[in-house]
Amino acid sequence: MTKDEALFEFLLRTGDNGLVLAQRLGEWCGHAHQLESDIALTNVALDNIGQARMALTEAGKVEGKGRSEDDLAFHRTEMEFRNNLLLEQENGDFAQTITRQFLFDVFQFELLSGLKSSSNEFLQSFAIKSLKEVTYHRSLSSDWMVRLGDGTELSHDKMQNALNLLWQYTGELFEKTEADDILIADGVIPDLEKLKESWDDIVGQVIKEATLEIPDTKGFMATGSRRGEHTEFLGYILAEMQYLPRTMPEAKW
Amino acid sequence: MELAEREKEFQEKIDKGQKIEAKEWMPENYRKQLIRMISQHAHSEIVGMLPEGNWITRAPSLRRKAVLLAKVQDEAGHGLYLYSAAETLGIDREKMIEQLITGKAKYSSIFNYPTLTWADIGAIGWLVDGAAIVNQTMLARGSYGPYSRAMVRICKEESFHNRQGYEIIYELANGTPEQKKMAQDSLNRWWGPSMQMLGPSDADSKNSAETMKWKIKVESNDTVRQRFIDRTVPQAIAAGLTIPDPDLKFNEETQHWEIGDIDWEEFYQVIKGYGPCNHKRMKARQDAEAEGAWVREAAAAHAEKKRNKKAHQAA
Ligand SMILES: [Fe+2]
Ligand SMILES: [Fe+2]
Repeated sequence: MTKDEALFEFLLRTGDNGLVLAQRLGEWCGHAHQLESDIALTNVALDNIGQARMALTEAGKVEGKGRSEDDLAFHRTEMEFRNNLLLEQENGDFAQTITRQFLFDVFQFELLSGLKSSSNEFLQSFAIKSLKEVTYHRSLSSDWMVRLGDGTELSHDKMQNALNLLWQYTGELFEKTEADDILIADGVIPDLEKLKESWDDIVGQVIKEATLEIPDTKGFMATGSRRGEHTEFLGYILAEMQYLPRTMPEAKW
Repeated sequence: MELAEREKEFQEKIDKGQKIEAKEWMPENYRKQLIRMISQHAHSEIVGMLPEGNWITRAPSLRRKAVLLAKVQDEAGHGLYLYSAAETLGIDREKMIEQLITGKAKYSSIFNYPTLTWADIGAIGWLVDGAAIVNQTMLARGSYGPYSRAMVRICKEESFHNRQGYEIIYELANGTPEQKKMAQDSLNRWWGPSMQMLGPSDADSKNSAETMKWKIKVESNDTVRQRFIDRTVPQAIAAGLTIPDPDLKFNEETQHWEIGDIDWEEFYQVIKGYGPCNHKRMKARQDAEAEGAWVREAAAAHAEKKRNKKAHQAA
């Protein structure tokens, strides 16, 4: 694997994470429990779509085959998507949406903090710009974790259920492939294993404050996205997202 | 001071073009008319998020997706300003939302039409936001300060909405034959409802006389509609689309576009609840309220716990 191939892989992962999450958050639009949350969730979706566009555009450049952000977003199949499994999971109720958001935000914050000193110029400026956004996302989702975890009995149960469901998808965030090893050795991306330590730390603190418990998955963690093996959800997300450009491949929008 | 005297003084202020502020005395009916109009306007912003939100996950390019998200988010923001403007008149948001989901309050009937194709997202921005701009620019000159200021703020964003909508339609109308067909079909479906959107002729509108006397509205529905038609017809022509009205013609003498009859029967039918999406839109709002109840309760419970903790620490 060449260095460019490794970088392409990482940029796809980053872009796809933003895109798939924005797609999920977009489903909420107009249906949240109050206007302020509608606005906040849309804000997060907008930031994620912005990050996705930057990363996918750069991925196209690095690949060197003339593919645009839209070619990559709308004309790849399930197995070619590299987003983490966590992000394609269903919205469920607000508890599930916020828990998914929180687990990802803490990861993304750590990743971007590491990328600020990347040896790659694009990733460096990408990190500086995106970190401001993700700092806000992380504080929004952490606040809701605590508010709902330590709210009523009902909200507490819903949050614990959401954690129980989603925890199995967190291990995969830190998985390393050949591409990661190449990029880490070159100082392009931070060591994912090291990110895990601070992630554990922060996630643990918030969960404790929220009076929730880290579920015991008996060591089980879901895996697969690095190889393009996703959960059943991704196929539906792409079917919906891609249908129009695929139906009319000649058309410009 | 006697009531009649107060009312006379109030009318004089209005006639001089002074703005009325929240804390000033106002006739009970002035307050009622404003609450009706502003809350109806706020509900329209919120319900209006639904037909467009419907296409966020299916927008055909990432740029369009981002623009649509930003646009729908603006509408939520408009809802917020407007609920706050109504709150200055002594009604709270909860009460207004209850009126919406129990069907006591109305919202703009145009949002009871479906967005069937991507072109409908263009048509909404171009026609619905276009009509809204013309109407809101007029309302910005109205007599109630908080409402008029909310309108000024909102209008700035509406021109972005209008532009992105027209851009979508223009691109489609000048795209492949299939896309052009999509654009024309969408215009065919949205033209009638957008003619109805600015309301019946003032002679037939029971609220108009009063709202115009108090300068809540400063121009008639027909005047506003004419302005909307005059700016929209040339845009359709420029995009290469045909306005679906065989009676449409330009009057050289008056320099205005004249249209055929507006289907008011359809308008009243939709208002009464028999439009294509009335049930779906109401259900979406009712579900959001019902399914969000536990979140609002939990947030309140958590805030209460925090307050108690603080009080405890202070003691
Ligand atoms: Fe609006
Ligand atoms: Fe708008």
